[in-house]
Amino acid sequence: MPNGTDIAYLYDGSVEGLMTCVFESFEKKEIPAAILSPDQDQFVLYDTREIMTDTEKARRVFAGTQKRLGDEAAYLIRMTFLSDREDRALIILRFLHYAFAEGPRAVSRLSHPLVGPLHQAAKTTSNEEHAFNEFLRFSEFNGVLVSVIEPKCFILPLIADHFADRFPSERFFIYDRTHRYALLYDDGRREFTWLDEFEMPEADETEQRFRALWQSFYDTIAIEGRNNPRCRMTHMPKRFWPNMTEFQREKALSEKKQAASLPDVH
Amino acid sequence: MEVIEKLKILAGAAKYDVACTSSGVDRDGEKGSIGNARSFGLCHSFAADGRCISLLKVLLSNACAYDCSYCVNRRTNDTPRATFTPRELAELMIQFYRRNYIEGLFLSSAVVRNPDYTCEQMLLVLKLVREEYRFRGYIHVKAIPGADSRLIEALGLYADRMSVNLELPSSGSLQLLAPDKSKESILGPMKQIRNGISENRTDLVKYKKTPQFVPAGQSTQMIIGATPETDYQILNLSASLYKKYGLKRVFFSAYMPVVAGGNLPALDSKPPLLREHRLYQADWLLRFYQFDAAEILDERQPNLNPLIDPKCNWALNHMDSFPVEINRADYEMLLRVPGIGVLSAQRIVRARRVSPLGFDDLKKLGVVLKRARFFILCRGKAQEGLETNQAAMMRGLLSKRSLNMIGDGPMDQLSLFNDPVEEDFVKCLTGQI
Repeated sequence: MPNGTDIAYLYDGSVEGLMTCVFESFEKKEIPAAILSPDQDQFVLYDTREIMTDTEKARRVFAGTQKRLGDEAAYLIRMTFLSDREDRALIILRFLHYAFAEGPRAVSRLSHPLVGPLHQAAKTTSNEEHAFNEFLRFSEFNGVLVSVIEPKCFILPLIADHFADRFPSERFFIYDRTHRYALLYDDGRREFTWLDEFEMPEADETEQRFRALWQSFYDTIAIEGRNNPRCRMTHMPKRFWPNMTEFQREKALSEKKQAASLPDVH
Repeated sequence: MEVIEKLKILAGAAKYDVACTSSGVDRDGEKGSIGNARSFGLCHSFAADGRCISLLKVLLSNACAYDCSYCVNRRTNDTPRATFTPRELAELMIQFYRRNYIEGLFLSSAVVRNPDYTCEQMLLVLKLVREEYRFRGYIHVKAIPGADSRLIEALGLYADRMSVNLELPSSGSLQLLAPDKSKESILGPMKQIRNGISENRTDLVKYKKTPQFVPAGQSTQMIIGATPETDYQILNLSASLYKKYGLKRVFFSAYMPVVAGGNLPALDSKPPLLREHRLYQADWLLRFYQFDAAEILDERQPNLNPLIDPKCNWALNHMDSFPVEINRADYEMLLRVPGIGVLSAQRIVRARRVSPLGFDDLKKLGVVLKRARFFILCRGKAQEGLETNQAAMMRGLLSKRSLNMIGDGPMDQLSLFNDPVEEDFVKCLTGQI
């Protein structure tokens, strides 16, 4: 592995941008001290070099990774890039230097300091993806299913597959408030877009009824004699609760009274 | 009656059923339909008791014709009664599913009029959900003991998983507490489902278009602590259910006194939750750790040690098999080391192929060294500074809760690893822990 330098790379925050940084670092035979994206506006103690994203260079790094290191390495890099690790760009770059020298078996060195962090970060992202497939909640507004999530990792592109497969004939909209990113799905088409702000509309009567029904089911299904708040928190940490229908009660108190029979949809 | 009232009654009546898993079948979505299924299963929420909520778990009706003494829905119990219409339930389930509250439906029912009529009503719900709403998500349905075999078969063609509750771990206990049910009426449908699954597999090989019969397999549950069976009897029973009936899961349910009855534990007795927990641990050893029931318990030692998990207990009683060398031991042996789980064993096997592992590496692979260190060597050496006296081992191997249970008693109670303390068992069995 080349020697470290005192230079910090600045890139545009895209995965192509990062791959261009990797290209640069191999070309110059140097390891940057940091790789910073525009949203990481920290005080930089290093000299900086701006790396302009070059899709052709990025494509070559992608292709080389896949070919020489295999699918798992490509997967680890993608998942690490989507994770919430501050130093994700740098650990990907350092891993690639190590792995290209070591060959495909590098990914099996699970406890190696340059490899282990990628496995851990990928696991974090994958857990986060799974959690939002489970804990995400939709509300229906005028026939569109709408959801707001606040994930730590950038998982919207990952969970899009799951919900598109599950609800092929629905229209749905998911807003990631953490990363200000949104997905609109309509009739098989997916559209991703950056979106600064989004607020949930007022629930209509039908929507309020189903919320009340769900909250009522949620309360009923627990067995009082086995009350176990710690176990619940382990499986479903509190950070998920604010956007989950079963915990949105203040507003729902008045709704509960209104909750009557099911609407006649058919 | 309003749907919300029905939901409260019929979910309340279903909540003592343990199973809520949505695992065992992969089915992609399809244009024009709603839903898919994933074999690893999804838990959409967790209730205040810490149990997973995966499926809309309800009874179709709680107006029961039977009079099982342990059951809230028994005929002679004074409790509000409700019945969903198939349309109400189907609509509710689909609307919950669209909002991503649930993974599907878990449908059970009290015996309305007779078993056949009950099954017919349940069948109406499943048909509606699958055919009219074109639902491709998960459905778990209870087979009603005593129903016509053709009805059971019809249900199985719409469901992903079926279960028949064993209720109690022996026919004597069944006779005592559930006189309307017999061993035969329970094992009958279980056998039928098993045979249905295996015939269906053969048909699937022959004809691609064969509808799938219970693709996620069958499960069962039994109540623990209402009757005097030992853990050894219970574990043997589960082991044979896995082997002979090909069951996917056997669930245990700590007896929760909801009704008073001459043959039942007193209403104020606490559910034996710790015992239930230990039985699940033992069950995992059977299913994922390649243990035999006879290795975990025997007639001489017929109950699980409440103070220590069964894998650790086994290890302490087989110290002659340890320590094992992490870099050489086969996968099966790694699984037997306390502190090493299925995932970390797989990681060890993978990582040691590339380079030999030391104690620091193990920590990074997710091994719980606090427990494992007493049983392993890395490159021929034990962990540096490892104390193997009884006090140190107790601290490393017992959970905080167990240490509290022992209190400030003398450390020579470590002997209880070989000879469980009688008194603790009595406490555990009577649910006083």
